[in-house]
Amino acid sequence: MTRILGASAVMVAFGISIVALGMLLYGIRARRDEFIRAAYAALYVNFALLLVANLAMVWALATNDFSVSYVAQVGSRSTPLFYAVISLWGALEGSILFWGLVLAGYAAAVIWLNREQEGTLVPWAAATLFGISIFFYLLLIVPANPFEAVFPVPADGPGPNPLLQNHILMAIHPPLLYLGYVGLSVPFAFAIGALMSKRLDDWWIRTTRRWTLTAWAFLSAAVVAGMWWSYEVLGWGGYWAWDPVENASFMPWLTATAFLHSVMVEERRGMLKLWNVSLVIATFLLTILGTFLTRSGVLSSVHAFAEGPIGMYFLIFMAIVLLFSLVLIAGRSTELRSTGSLDAVASRETVFLANNLIFTAFTFTVLLGTLFPLAAEAVRGVKVSVGEPFFNRMTLPLCMALLFLVGVGPALPWRAATMDHLRRQFLPPLVVMIVVAAVSLALGVRSPYAVLAFAFGGFALYVNGHEFVRGARARMRTFGEGAATAFIRLFGVNGRRYGGYTAHIGMIVLTIGIAASSAFKAEADATLRAGETLTLRGHTVRYDGVWGREEPQRFVVGADLSVMRNGQAIATMTPRLNFYTGTEQPISTPAVRSRPNEDLYINLMAFHAQGEHVTIRALVEPLVMWIWIGGGIMGLGALIALWPRRRPPVRTSEAPVGRVAFEEPVVPRGVQPVGAMQVRDEGRGTRDEG
Amino acid sequence: MIGRPQRGRRTLLAIGLVAILSGFGWLIYGGIGENLVYFLTPTELHAKGETAYDAPVRLGGVVKPGSVSWNAEQLDLRFALTDGGRDMAVHSRGAPPQMFRDSIGVIVEGRLTRAGVFESTSLMVKHSNEYRAPDHGEKPVMIDESLMRGGAR
Repeated sequence: MTRILGASAVMVAFGISIVALGMLLYGIRARRDEFIRAAYAALYVNFALLLVANLAMVWALATNDFSVSYVAQVGSRSTPLFYAVISLWGALEGSILFWGLVLAGYAAAVIWLNREQEGTLVPWAAATLFGISIFFYLLLIVPANPFEAVFPVPADGPGPNPLLQNHILMAIHPPLLYLGYVGLSVPFAFAIGALMSKRLDDWWIRTTRRWTLTAWAFLSAAVVAGMWWSYEVLGWGGYWAWDPVENASFMPWLTATAFLHSVMVEERRGMLKLWNVSLVIATFLLTILGTFLTRSGVLSSVHAFAEGPIGMYFLIFMAIVLLFSLVLIAGRSTELRSTGSLDAVASRETVFLANNLIFTAFTFTVLLGTLFPLAAEAVRGVKVSVGEPFFNRMTLPLCMALLFLVGVGPALPWRAATMDHLRRQFLPPLVVMIVVAAVSLALGVRSPYAVLAFAFGGFALYVNGHEFVRGARARMRTFGEGAATAFIRLFGVNGRRYGGYTAHIGMIVLTIGIAASSAFKAEADATLRAGETLTLRGHTVRYDGVWGREEPQRFVVGADLSVMRNGQAIATMTPRLNFYTGTEQPISTPAVRSRPNEDLYINLMAFHAQGEHVTIRALVEPLVMWIWIGGGIMGLGALIALWPRRRPPVRTSEAPVGRVAFEEPVVPRGVQPVGAMQVRDEGRGTRDEG
Repeated sequence: MIGRPQRGRRTLLAIGLVAILSGFGWLIYGGIGENLVYFLTPTELHAKGETAYDAPVRLGGVVKPGSVSWNAEQLDLRFALTDGGRDMAVHSRGAPPQMFRDSIGVIVEGRLTRAGVFESTSLMVKHSNEYRAPDHGEKPVMIDESLMRGGAR
């Protein structure tokens, strides 16, 4: 029953989408509004249908209904309910089903918020979203159908991939990733809509920027959560290995970040129109490429995807999207011409251009490094991998350049900077930078990249932090507000700008965390008998004993360790190995003791069956916690920038140098509503603006 | 820059962009070439002759039964990796994973030294469910394939 309900919901959504797409195209051509409205309604129905299909699958997973093919593939009676439910996104078919839900949700939300828009842009965007939906529904019906009948119904299943049922982050990372990935379909739909309707004006730019930022926030959080999961589960003490799966999630992030910056140049100066449209389309293509890479089996072998059912679908879809977009762009060269030009080298525009150049180079590097092994295998028939050194050597200079620009950009004005301005803006952070570099060198930091990362990080932190101070001071002067009030109101008055600086600070914190933890990692392996100790950077780890415990879905072996510092017992840590049925390889649960200054990370490598001795790997990594915190700050920055607020009816360009550096408040002081009230009020007033 | 006519500026910009991009492309190409890690079996590594030495390689095979010598005090591991054809002596420091034992499929990453010993910097037990011990007389290529199925991570 559940199976038929889910399968037919998808089928109906597929049928409705085709009909609605036809109605949209007709409605746009014939200027028949009622057809367009009816098609919009179909998007809401689709969302309901996909919700039904996903709930049906969750129900089937929760009740171990092995007559459903996907449950027979990833379910097992011994899997705890929580992990049974989240295995919805644990394998190909389920994750496409979930993808469909997220896409339908985005489509419904986008169209609902913009349903009153005049012109053909939104109808074209809706048509694009229908087009993408039809592709994914097709996948769900033919090559990746999760609702196929299984006969005879098996008594039990193999259970989800052990790696996916070993940590709570698996409940968080994939949904965030899908919200980010799928969310990037929305800017693409708007880009196609703008190109089709020739309406490449301020409105499409603002709306697209907003939706890109939404998806970007999810994707950023997803990438950081993925790093965290890798750190907490894989047991090697690292968080990023330039694995193709990681690269797949990282590449659209790079191009989306580039777009979020270059779009400001278009908004302010009317430049880079063609470039921005291209970035949006490239970002969408990279999400499809990423899904192809991770889901088609192409990574294990070029020839595997031909055997697998789904690879060809993705390739054809990508080809269609690429061709269609290129033809469309070529036909709109007049509309995509720049209306402004670069005035001076020392300006914020230049920094944005450099930023985009670096992000593009970054994306190319990662793309080539990821695809090269596939090309080599296909063309030369050799099995190669592109080593981590390649990625590090190529991208570290780019990372440093970006970190430097994060500091330079906010300190430069639009159009052109005067010498005096440059001196005033750059002297203090330069002093900070030199001091940080000197202190790092004095403390014995020898890795050039680490010194650079700290120095540029200090520079950029100063500049971005100073923007808050400057803004708050100006408010205090102008409105006589207290320091705290002025600081908080900055976000309310110009959340976009200060949200951006907040995201910068998050990025800088994250980068410093990565630099410190990789440059000052201490690592030691030891085989210990009961009572023996291992000492690593001030921590003494004593092995006390090993134990085993049988759980429904796994057998757990843990080693009890006491950690001492300066002769004082500070913690007991219990790294574990989990043996899941059906797989030989145990999944580790490293014990991690996180502190703001450093993490102590212990992984159980091996144990003697009688508990005589264990082999452990211990790592001390400074500032790891700040990577996750930095990721959180980035997400917070995006949230601040996205928070709905009332905008002035006429957009004023940024105040020139030396004047008050924030936009004037809309409501006169004294009648300014507070917090939540303001939000509710504004939710009614303006929709999807800013 | 400012006074120059649009067309000339655009050409200049285009030339600059092409120069930067091709320079960067060349850097990437060179970088990839230097950092390519080939996935080989012991037989294939032996077949490379002189060029086998000191190049980063991922070597896949199974642990030859009876060849493992593990010094728990020194965390020093020596074993022979075989693909059914040729063997390769492997030396690795640090603790092997729990599953490491005779006849299990492993991938070691490292370099072949002039001493004829493969110095491994990382050792992975092949955790493919499809792994199976080689049949008597099985061709190395088959083992290679059964090892690579599921990806070399």
